[in-house]
Amino acid sequence: MDHDSILKINDLKTYFKIDDQKVVKAVDGVSFEVPKGKTLGIVGESGSGKSITALSILQLLDEPGEIVGGEILFNGDNLIEKSIPEMRKIRGNQISMIFQEPMTSLNPVHTIGNQISETIDIHQKLSRTESKKKTIELLELVGIPSPEKRIKQYPFELSGGMRQRVMIAIALASNPELLIADEPTTALDVTIQAQILELIKDLQDQLGMSVMLITHDLGVVAETCDYVAVMYAGKVVEYSDVETLFEDPKHPYTVGLLNSLPRHDIKQEELTPIDGMVPSPFEMPVGCRFAPRCPHATDLCREKLPSLWELNKDQEVRCWIYTEEWDGDQEVKVSDSLNLA
Amino acid sequence: MTHSTLLKVSGLKQYFPIKGGFFGGKVNDVKAVDDISFEVNEGETVSIVGESGCGKSTTGRSILRFETPTAGEVIFDGTNLTTVSKKELKQLRSELQIIFQDPYASLNPRQTVRQILYEAIDIQKVVPKGEREDYLFELLELVGIQPSQADRFPHEFSGGQRQRIGIARALSVKPKLIICDEAVSALDVSIQAQVLNLLKKLQREMGLTYLFIAHDLGVVRHISDKIIVMYLGKIVEMGDSEEIFENPQHPYTKALLSAIPVPNPKKKSQRILLKGDVPSPMNVPSGCRFHTRCPFATEYCAKKVPELRTPNDQETVNHVAACHYMEEIDFSSLEYSKNV
Amino acid sequence: MMLKFIVRRLLQLVPVLIGVTFLVFIMLHITPGDPAEVLAGEGATVETIENINERLGLNEPLHQQYLSFLSNAVQFDFGTSWRTGREVSSEIAPRFFVTLELAIYSTILSVFLGVIAGVISAVRRYSLTDVTIMLVALFGLSMPNFWLGLMLMQWFAVKLDWLPATGWGSGSQVILPVIALGTAGAAIIARMTRSSMLEIISQDYIRTARAKGVTEKVVIYRHALRNAMIPVVTVVGLQFGYLLGGAVLTETVFAINGLGRLVVDRIASRDFPVIQASILVIASLFVFVNVLVDISYRILNKRIDLD
Ligand SMILES: Nc1ncnc2c1ncn2[C@@H]1O[C@H](COP(=O)(O)OP(=O)(O)OP(=O)(O)O)[C@@H](O)[C@H]1O
Ligand SMILES: Nc1ncnc2c1ncn2[C@@H]1O[C@H](COP(=O)(O)OP(=O)(O)OP(=O)(O)O)[C@@H](O)[C@H]1O
Ligand code: SF4
Ligand SMILES: [Mg+2]
Ligand SMILES: [Mg+2]
Repeated sequence: MDHDSILKINDLKTYFKIDDQKVVKAVDGVSFEVPKGKTLGIVGESGSGKSITALSILQLLDEPGEIVGGEILFNGDNLIEKSIPEMRKIRGNQISMIFQEPMTSLNPVHTIGNQISETIDIHQKLSRTESKKKTIELLELVGIPSPEKRIKQYPFELSGGMRQRVMIAIALASNPELLIADEPTTALDVTIQAQILELIKDLQDQLGMSVMLITHDLGVVAETCDYVAVMYAGKVVEYSDVETLFEDPKHPYTVGLLNSLPRHDIKQEELTPIDGMVPSPFEMPVGCRFAPRCPHATDLCREKLPSLWELNKDQEVRCWIYTEEWDGDQEVKVSDSLNLA
Repeated sequence: MTHSTLLKVSGLKQYFPIKGGFFGGKVNDVKAVDDISFEVNEGETVSIVGESGCGKSTTGRSILRFETPTAGEVIFDGTNLTTVSKKELKQLRSELQIIFQDPYASLNPRQTVRQILYEAIDIQKVVPKGEREDYLFELLELVGIQPSQADRFPHEFSGGQRQRIGIARALSVKPKLIICDEAVSALDVSIQAQVLNLLKKLQREMGLTYLFIAHDLGVVRHISDKIIVMYLGKIVEMGDSEEIFENPQHPYTKALLSAIPVPNPKKKSQRILLKGDVPSPMNVPSGCRFHTRCPFATEYCAKKVPELRTPNDQETVNHVAACHYMEEIDFSSLEYSKNV
Repeated sequence: MMLKFIVRRLLQLVPVLIGVTFLVFIMLHITPGDPAEVLAGEGATVETIENINERLGLNEPLHQQYLSFLSNAVQFDFGTSWRTGREVSSEIAPRFFVTLELAIYSTILSVFLGVIAGVISAVRRYSLTDVTIMLVALFGLSMPNFWLGLMLMQWFAVKLDWLPATGWGSGSQVILPVIALGTAGAAIIARMTRSSMLEIISQDYIRTARAKGVTEKVVIYRHALRNAMIPVVTVVGLQFGYLLGGAVLTETVFAINGLGRLVVDRIASRDFPVIQASILVIASLFVFVNVLVDISYRILNKRIDLD
């Protein structure tokens, strides 16, 4: 794919070495890109490696997590080759991150004001009064009423939605080029989620930043993303623009996901779940990782791992069906089993 | 479907005192549930929805008398649960079961699946000891767990499987009513769908009744016959599932529905953005509790508590809401979110 | 809010202290050995003893004795020593300040050493440094303070003659007793700090701090340490109590004229007024320090409501 991309990840591998025999291949050959000024959604089930991918970009992995291969190109620079002090200059400055748990992501013993101005002070040379002014501006920007009062408050005095706004203010302090949001609304009520997503979109329009939004909610993807990477068991199985993904999904897993989704906007008779469950990280199938649950799987699928195959300019899929080697039903059309109204 | 009432809740209140002050006396109440009434018919699924802290779980807990209700009555199958003795209550527990959100926390990690289920079976003496194993295998099969896995511990199962074990335990005592408190909320969609289908299948086959507590309205639409929408301890709207989704009357229900992202990039929803947060249940707003966030609120709303009533001209349907202005409200007059 | 909290905490001390005096009173009176007999000395006549009993009010019913002690104590009047005849308060005061000094210096030493060692251990988890620090801490913890005192004295005073062996006052006299008394506390605080730091380092907000681009030093000192100190502060408070107990032995080993030694001396001579007053003073100090700990706990931990 040849977009003008701010971030391009090639074959990223992040492993957790538990002991000499056990290695969790949390991220195992992930590739995708975030086009400039656009929003890329990353969806997938719990444990598919979404958060670890995000943490790898900023090299914030916990022990014993380690990037063991691949490239992370940010504006063309490979972040994996950067030194720790160089990474520090990028974190919170060119690339910011917000996390899933607003309740625990802020330091309980420092005021809101100090936690925001800290980021400003690290990356910008501002006087105390300027830094304070900027803090107040940021709080205004993220829609927190009476910011002068709020800067003296502690996190416990704020609701979950307000805390997530503070996290966003921290993330925006240095006008980042890329914002990574790891499930920013999962812990919030829908009415508050709507506010926060709206805020992120508004800010993106205003500031022109690119966003990588991790979520497991396909509704959130449909409403806020331009492109989507679907992850399964440590790999990207489908990458496409958002409309194609929902209208003409190519990977059997994507179809399964859409068919499992109970919807509030239409009446459905029956849900079609995906049989079985996600493979254990210690017993990954040798072939296609989705093969044990896939209704189309053949011997080829069970024996050989398919690669991420570029179908057209806007769609990539990791499935044997779309290759010359496919040994199953030649007429199969995966999206036919999509039971959407 | 039969229409006999299995559960009738009337005027249920559950207050929690807030201690404080110099001598640690009661200074206020958390009005977690404040005067709610509803009925659940045999064989149907009634869902309670609403934002975090609105009193959904507390309602479930008060029905089961995990808490002693401050006021009100809970009639289950002809028995008033608020007045029965502890002993009778214990016997009734076999007819009234609950499944929680976190399948892991509610299963004893040191017991195998077999031990967990035997314990439940023995307490209520469901089957004689000799038939226990057959019954156990029957239950496991019913919820889709291999009987060969009966001697494993909870941590050896996935989240979805653990939830199935939780369901098996609830079913083991042959209940009439199961309260599902966020029973599928922690599961991934593909697994959630499996469990939802299982719950529906069990209902068809065994005539179970569910009181389903959830905040995911997609799940709720899929499983419910009737829906109760709560806000800050009160019911704001209640009625047949399709009515609530297709013809919501209360501004809060409308906002809640519009806030849910639709998994269809072409059909972006018309969103009513509510301002601010839910007020604290320690300090509930006067009049209509929603007036501080309602785009249609007037001074009258802040003074007078609206009663649940059937909207005018709709006497035939099973649908009530608590808003002074529900007939007049014109949602299209609202300023919708910019990005639609 | 804070003021109300402090006042309430202080008021709560009253029943605690009354309880302490009551216990001490009972214990003194049920231990065998008649004070009048001890005071009168060997071979005294029955009459002499009876006189002493009369003079000291020991013939009155127990509850009467206790109540009059209590009502005097409330007015800070602890009477006179049965042994020396001097005012109890003037006997105690200079001794008290010596013990207080010893306790405060030892606390400072244990907090200072303990926190530094704990932080280093946590930051270099599982390294050789960590293992060494934890071994030393275990050693320090299991060594009785009087024995450590004797060892220190043996080496640094007797063999090397670097420091004086006994007494209190000059800077050089302070060093050995403070080390003897502070080591166990330092060890406990080091272990507590380490485990608390390790727990805090895995919190979400530490990841947030790193994501901002702050240096590891700032992560540790600004973001982790303050949170990690919250449980440590409680331990320091408790530690202070042990320290006051330990002071008795340390003072004896180093021949320091502190309150602890005074109590030990006067127990032998059944000097009830001095013993009671000393223990009351020590108990007050202990509970007062714990109120201070509570207050600093609240200041550190903003999440807790003051009610
Ligand atoms: N510290 C760790 N040690 C070992 N394995 C880990 C560690 N952190 C994560 N993993 C493993 O890495 C895999 C990917 O985890 P990750 O957190 O990226 O999932 P995710 O897609 O973000 O899931 P979720 O939706 O639940 O947040 C999981 O199998 C997880 O068990
Ligand atoms: N034992 C208790 N003591 C005091 N307050 C309580 C108690 N239990 C619940 N509450 C309060 O009652 C209110 C309702 O709580 P409840 O758990 O019923 O909410 P919920 O609707 O189930 O929310 P969620 O979606 O977060 O589970 C909350 O404000 C809660 O803090
Ligand atoms: S490669 Fe085979 S098993 Fe994998 S998704 Fe495609 S059809 Fe299914
Ligand atoms: Mg994650
Ligand atoms: Mg709940």
